[in-house]
Amino acid sequence: MAATEADAAFLRIEGITKDFDGYKAVNDVSLDIAKGEIFALLGSSGCGKSTLLRMLAGFETPTAGRIVLAGQDLAGLPPYERPMNMMFQSYALFPHLSVADNIAFGLRRQGTPKAEVSARVDAMLKLVQLGKYAKRKPHQLSGGQQQRVALARSLARQPQLLLLDEPLGALDKKLREETQIELVNIIESVGVTCVMVTHDQEEAMTMASRVAVMSEGRFLQVGPPHEIYETPATRFVADFIGNVNLMDGTLDVDEADHCVIGSADCRHYVGHGITGSPGMAVTVALRPEKIHLSRHAPADGEFNHVRGTIKEMSYFGSFTVYHLQLASGATLKVSQANTQRHRDDELTWGDEAWAHWSRTAHVVLTQ
Amino acid sequence: MTTSGRMGSWAKRLRGRTAVIGLPYLWLLAFFLFPFIIVLKISISEMETVQFKDLVAYKDGLLTLTLKLSNYVFITQDPLYLKAYVASLKYAFWTTLLCLAIGYPFAYFMARAKPTTQPALLMLVMLPFWTSFLLRVYAWKGLLTTDGWVADLVIGSGLDQWLVAGGLIPAPGKLMNTPFSLVLGMVYTYLPFMILPLYGNLAKMDLRLLEAAQDLGASPWVAFWTVTVPLSKAGIIAGSMLVFIPCVGEFVIPELLGGPETLMIGRVMWDEFFSNNDWPMASSVAVVMILLILVPLAIFNKYQAEAQEVRR
Repeated sequence: MAATEADAAFLRIEGITKDFDGYKAVNDVSLDIAKGEIFALLGSSGCGKSTLLRMLAGFETPTAGRIVLAGQDLAGLPPYERPMNMMFQSYALFPHLSVADNIAFGLRRQGTPKAEVSARVDAMLKLVQLGKYAKRKPHQLSGGQQQRVALARSLARQPQLLLLDEPLGALDKKLREETQIELVNIIESVGVTCVMVTHDQEEAMTMASRVAVMSEGRFLQVGPPHEIYETPATRFVADFIGNVNLMDGTLDVDEADHCVIGSADCRHYVGHGITGSPGMAVTVALRPEKIHLSRHAPADGEFNHVRGTIKEMSYFGSFTVYHLQLASGATLKVSQANTQRHRDDELTWGDEAWAHWSRTAHVVLTQ
Repeated sequence: MTTSGRMGSWAKRLRGRTAVIGLPYLWLLAFFLFPFIIVLKISISEMETVQFKDLVAYKDGLLTLTLKLSNYVFITQDPLYLKAYVASLKYAFWTTLLCLAIGYPFAYFMARAKPTTQPALLMLVMLPFWTSFLLRVYAWKGLLTTDGWVADLVIGSGLDQWLVAGGLIPAPGKLMNTPFSLVLGMVYTYLPFMILPLYGNLAKMDLRLLEAAQDLGASPWVAFWTVTVPLSKAGIIAGSMLVFIPCVGEFVIPELLGGPETLMIGRVMWDEFFSNNDWPMASSVAVVMILLILVPLAIFNKYQAEAQEVRR
């Protein structure tokens, strides 16, 4: 029992604050990360995620709070004595050293015997499939190969904690998708606990087992990707992650098994209760892909549908996003999968259409 | 049609490029290579009473080509020349080393200083150029003679005992016209030439590399030796060449600050030209000096170019 508890808080961040001359880049943040977890700090630039990562690595000193890794308080430990390694944004590979020497750099610093260094370097090169490139200099490699060298370099010392700073930020989209999976596979095969920083929500969702959404130095929500996406806690999180329609309304009925919310363009029937009182202001969040679009009014009742005019269409190949102008003047974004190559009754600009959704599609936000 | 048109514009562009690159080469050709060939020619000419003879002469139906190589033979035989060459290389080497030892930390902290203070620091490095070089070297004469305050300071602090022990001055209290004053003057004069290329190199270094080194277990000191120094190699080489090459042939500073034991090749050359009036001998000395500097440089450059090639 004690062991699992220690595992659950392998990395413990307690009330960490970083104050830059009165500006709180990180503001009283606490977090437990379990052993073997891949944890993502997600936020737009300037939200404090990089500062938090730099405090973990030891490049910044927290103004308040403490960081405990495997029971050891890291306060006062310089970066070169911390049992963690970082994969830097755009890699920071040593340009004067070959791939093999880059990977061996950390091992040589800790005085690993020569034979062991070369064995370890070979193993790392094999892990990232760069055996042929051992003697090349970093600038002779493609972006994807450099990324893998950086990964190998940061794993060579078998760190207790791996820090990734925008690991895929320097790669183009196609390569990024392939690399995401490959990177996760390597990290999991090594079994290292990992904290990554990214502004790319797709990257955070596909790679991490848990995500913390950060804004203005604080965590807004911490949870597994699907939880963050499907049950966002706040308006900001709902809006930040993915696409969403936000409709302000008031709570009319609140029962144990359902509630009814009235908004400008329609009445929502939500298939679960919220603990609120009738008359309180709430926001309904609806993901565009959970809405259906048709030419005809849905058969059943008064709830969960709305009529509008198609004002805008964005074709993305696998799906199309329609912008529906509603009676109140608001816009409803609806995403429809393009499951067929042609459709006879294709909806297009200026068409009238009905949007409807199920009683489980909503998220009701009270803050 | 299009191909020839493209070829035409390409040729035009090439011509423009050739002009821009060609001009400096023409300059070097006119003011370095031709003079060098002339000097080379003079060095193998026969000296007459005041003038040296032409290499090719036609007299009485006899075409003669006279190549006098004895000057070069003489250089290898008379220990005076060898000593002067060795002294020149030695003092140039020590000057370069001292400039590097003083200039590197200076350039390093200048490059790491706040961006707002860097221009001021840079200005200070270049400030000495506002006064004549000759005046500045002359000023050292005053500072190092018996009553000069630098001399007082060195003698007062007992530093001159160490200098005697190091063989840099012959006796305590005598600083002028010694190897010490010579090297001091050369270091003082050439220090900016070491600092500026080093600064240029260190200022553009990616500081994240140092963080990466620290992250991988290198203390700041180790990171400096394993990352900063190797990455500033180009600056070190450039600065060292800018100091070493002119120091080898330096004439003014040894003349003003040097002494009898610091005979350098520049002085020997001067004597051959203007005291002995033996131009062929002087030219031979000059040719040997140029070769002494150029040959190692050429080998070094070739090696560098090959290393670059491998890296590509």
